[in-house]
Amino acid sequence: MSELSELYQQVILDHNKKPRNFRKLESANHSAEGYNPLCGDQLTVYLNVEGDLVTDVGFEGSGCAISKASASMMTQAVKGKSKEQAQTLFEEFHSMVTGELDAENDENSLGNLKIFAGVREFPVRVKCATLPWHTMHAALNKQEQISTE
Amino acid sequence: MVTVESTVASTWDVERIRGDFPVLQQTVNGKPLIYLDNSASSQVPQVVIDRGSVYLEQEHSNIHRGVHYLSQRATTAYEGAREKAKRFINARESSECIFVRGATEGINLVMYGYGRKFIGAGDEIIISAMEHHANIVPWQMLCDEKGARLRVIPMNDAGELLLDEYDGLLNERTKLVAVMHVSNALGTINPIKEMIGQAHKYGVPVLIDGAQAAPHMPVDVQDLDCDFYVFSGHKMYAPTGSGIVYGKIELLEKMNPFQGGGDMIKTVTFEKTIYADPPNKFEAGTPAIASQIGLGAAIDYLNTIGREQAAAYEAELLRYATERVSAIEGVRIIGTAKNKASVLSFVIDDIHPHDIGTILDQEGIAVRAGHHCAQPVMQRFNVPATARASFSFYNTKEEIDVLARTIERVIEIFG
Repeated sequence: MSELSELYQQVILDHNKKPRNFRKLESANHSAEGYNPLCGDQLTVYLNVEGDLVTDVGFEGSGCAISKASASMMTQAVKGKSKEQAQTLFEEFHSMVTGELDAENDENSLGNLKIFAGVREFPVRVKCATLPWHTMHAALNKQEQISTE
Repeated sequence: MVTVESTVASTWDVERIRGDFPVLQQTVNGKPLIYLDNSASSQVPQVVIDRGSVYLEQEHSNIHRGVHYLSQRATTAYEGAREKAKRFINARESSECIFVRGATEGINLVMYGYGRKFIGAGDEIIISAMEHHANIVPWQMLCDEKGARLRVIPMNDAGELLLDEYDGLLNERTKLVAVMHVSNALGTINPIKEMIGQAHKYGVPVLIDGAQAAPHMPVDVQDLDCDFYVFSGHKMYAPTGSGIVYGKIELLEKMNPFQGGGDMIKTVTFEKTIYADPPNKFEAGTPAIASQIGLGAAIDYLNTIGREQAAAYEAELLRYATERVSAIEGVRIIGTAKNKASVLSFVIDDIHPHDIGTILDQEGIAVRAGHHCAQPVMQRFNVPATARASFSFYNTKEEIDVLARTIERVIEIFG
């Protein structure tokens, strides 16, 4: 069960149980809806962007532990970052869970998001982890709806 | 008390049956494969694989075309499979059995051939609240095109259709009823014979989606008196790409064709084409010959092992699995109809089915996690998805024990 325990680490289980920034952001000036038709994961990401800065982030929705924890940690990671930094995190996270980026050895700014590296061992779950990031990315770029299919 | 079921279950030689299925003889993640995703697609026995090999090695040619030896052999094998299908569902004649690539294509064939010709503005089509998307979307497409209306038979919290409500939906505007025989998401066996009788009082034809029934119970289309019955080969131990639409011959004769092309015509000029008679009228182009011959072999296999005995054994597996899994604290069974096929859909408080599916997979257990192509069913029960274990006559009680223990482990992990 070693790969499994790497996937379901305590931090991920904790964010699943108590997701951070799990709220609709009334003041949001960017939002997008993400949907994974394969498993029914569905979430809305709200962003408050002032100038170049993401000042606040929130999300709502339902999904598996991986997508929920990923959304929760995404909101923490992106809050307070510039648009460009958020874009970089999105790209690095995506590369890590698809196995293109070795988070331990390659240079990156992922920080505690590295705990999602184990997802690469579960190809069908990669979309669960990336859905919140794709949705955040869509919101930032003013797309209203994205789907992982 | 000794019931008929338990007598059969104790005499069912499951080890011998398992030996017929090469795919079951493997390990997954270091554990013996426990295949509980039979409602999605069932496994293929060696005799069916061998029949496909014989066709490809010795008989392959195009059918209905050549005067040469191989074309005749291929045609004989292909039409032989149609004859087996006819006997399998007790159709009056083999021309009532149209080969399609699965139940989805079958329903679309009826939508195009029957629906587009005979259903118009203001007409109504009745489906049920538990339908698979394959028996919802084609009818929605038709309603959009024609200005017809879709009506839906509701169900109760156990997952049983409300027949009084159904009776209330039938009227002189109803032009078709399309319902599933067995629910893939809930396991419910619908009382279709009674429902067909109700529709016929209004002169309304009935299509039955038998994708989940054909593998698990004897089907007699004459006794049911259904107007159309569709099923897929790959859910009943045949290769993908095989399946049947049964239609009463008098309906098939007056329907439009499905696709146009070779093999579905009598004569073609640039001015006019005369279509072939059923079933060829609905089988344009070269079909999946090897797959359909495989379907014939799978029917032979089911007849050999005994469909009644297989069904009784599966009923015993369902009873045992329901008892084991529902005893686990925090687990809720979705679909508790009195009359069920061997499908066990369940949810666990605060644990998403996808996470359940991943953890079960690590123990070699294959289940389906998701909406089962029945999103309205998920909405009805207010769950985003369910985990579903679906059993075949090659599964064992020991496998169900592993399933139950691993579900307990899932709950431990998520504490």
